[in-house]
Amino acid sequence: MRPYLLTAPALALFAAIVLIPLGMTFVLSFNDFSTVKGIQPVFILKNWHELFTDEYFREMFGRTLRISVLVTIICAAIGAPEAYILNRMSPRWRGIFLFVILGPLLISVVARTLGWALLFGGETGVVNKALMKLGVIDSALPFMFTETGVVVALAHVLVPFMVLSVWAALQRLDPQIENAATSLGASHLTVLTRVVMPQVMPGILSGAIVVFALAASAFATPAIIGGRRLKVAATLAYDEFLNTLNWPLGAAVAVLLLVALGTIILVSNRLVERKYAAVFE
Amino acid sequence: MNRNGPVALTFHTLFIVFMLAPILIVCVVAFTPEGFLSIPTTSWSLRWFRAIARYPEFVEAFWNSIVLGALSSAIAIALSLPAALAIARYRFRGREAITALFLSPLMIPHVVLGIAFLRFFTQAGFGGTFIGLVLAHIVIVFPFALRLVLASAVGMDRAIENAAVSLGATPFTVFRRVTLPLILPGVASGWMLAFIQSFDEVTMTIFIATPSATTLPVRMFLYIQDNIDPLVTSVSALVIAITVAFMVVLDRIYGLDRLLSGKGRD
Repeated sequence: MRPYLLTAPALALFAAIVLIPLGMTFVLSFNDFSTVKGIQPVFILKNWHELFTDEYFREMFGRTLRISVLVTIICAAIGAPEAYILNRMSPRWRGIFLFVILGPLLISVVARTLGWALLFGGETGVVNKALMKLGVIDSALPFMFTETGVVVALAHVLVPFMVLSVWAALQRLDPQIENAATSLGASHLTVLTRVVMPQVMPGILSGAIVVFALAASAFATPAIIGGRRLKVAATLAYDEFLNTLNWPLGAAVAVLLLVALGTIILVSNRLVERKYAAVFE
Repeated sequence: MNRNGPVALTFHTLFIVFMLAPILIVCVVAFTPEGFLSIPTTSWSLRWFRAIARYPEFVEAFWNSIVLGALSSAIAIALSLPAALAIARYRFRGREAITALFLSPLMIPHVVLGIAFLRFFTQAGFGGTFIGLVLAHIVIVFPFALRLVLASAVGMDRAIENAAVSLGATPFTVFRRVTLPLILPGVASGWMLAFIQSFDEVTMTIFIATPSATTLPVRMFLYIQDNIDPLVTSVSALVIAITVAFMVVLDRIYGLDRLLSGKGRD
């Protein structure tokens, strides 16, 4: 009885404030809406039909998926090597840089995205000026209100999760194995691809799942960098709720996002765990 | 023993620049003496920091955020203490499911939670109130509070508790004089991490906030949607400064990597 009594207060709160509201949202997604009568408590599939058939929603979910996949790939491509480099540093420097890389996770997303808006556009378009000075590009690239801009800013917001995940995997790595490979005549590249990579792969994959899930449900960054026209799932749901006031349709978008993400996370978690069962033992 | 070659160090430098650039530019632009967005080159000025005081909506939202963060984190810690002790010490039916439920706010997209809270609070009759904000924030910071309290509860040496009991201490005395002091670092860190999460939250809060009950990040977001000027950069610079101060303390008493990966002392 004791453990149930101890968890009861928190459990009551979660039942009342999480489970019931989620259930109500699910029901709401089947309700009808008209601008004249408001929300009609009837059971219809109108919103769901609209979501799956309307070209507008397909484009929007397609964009959300595209952005999330790109962000995940970029985070893996830059976050994993960075974690490896960190791991080879002296403890002193490692501590400092770990703080610099993980610290931004705690800084407001709005403030960080504002930073990208300043770097990308307006009178302080530093990124374009720097790229042109280096001769990488001839004319200014559009970053604000484009998917490119959203992807860069989101990669910045989420890459610490990848570093953290790969870092945790590297901690479990026995440095003697690397030394053994080197002493047996393996080149540095061979050690990296044949010894280190296979062992940190679970870390990269679990980091990728976290980054993908957060990118697909990101709100503030796509809203600020993407502007009002470049809609993703989260900003669309926001619009339906607070501008169009079509709550049932907004609820359907939210439920679809939740179900789609939940399925993707569960399936990929299962796949990763099965493939690397030995590592998680 | 730095074993990184020149290529690795170049990559590392670029990575650090990438991580810091957007944060630094906000802090630099905030000191501009001009009336428009610019990087101060010749002189620095505090005019935009002073200007914040003339915008009561920012000042009010700031205090709201502080009270909301402190209150919801304190309640979340109070609820997670018994829950963490139960999960750490007992094997009971539904233990896994209950833990998963408590951690679920980490997995559920905040936009979905925002919608669910908005619908529920509106129906329940306290939509747009401060109480609604507190309840919603307790839920979203709960996993952070629970993880840190749980980590220290699991790592605790229970022999000391047994010693206290055998010396005749009542269960409450054992909790107050032995258990609580031992898990205090986890509890304090949990509260601070929860506070920061509440203080930064925007995606969920924007659904349930109203002009009369709102938070600083929501105000900043809505302001940025209309226009970006030096005022919002100075507000952001202040937010960054406050967060960094919290971060330094947390790093000292707990370690940022351990804190964020949610791993315990052992």
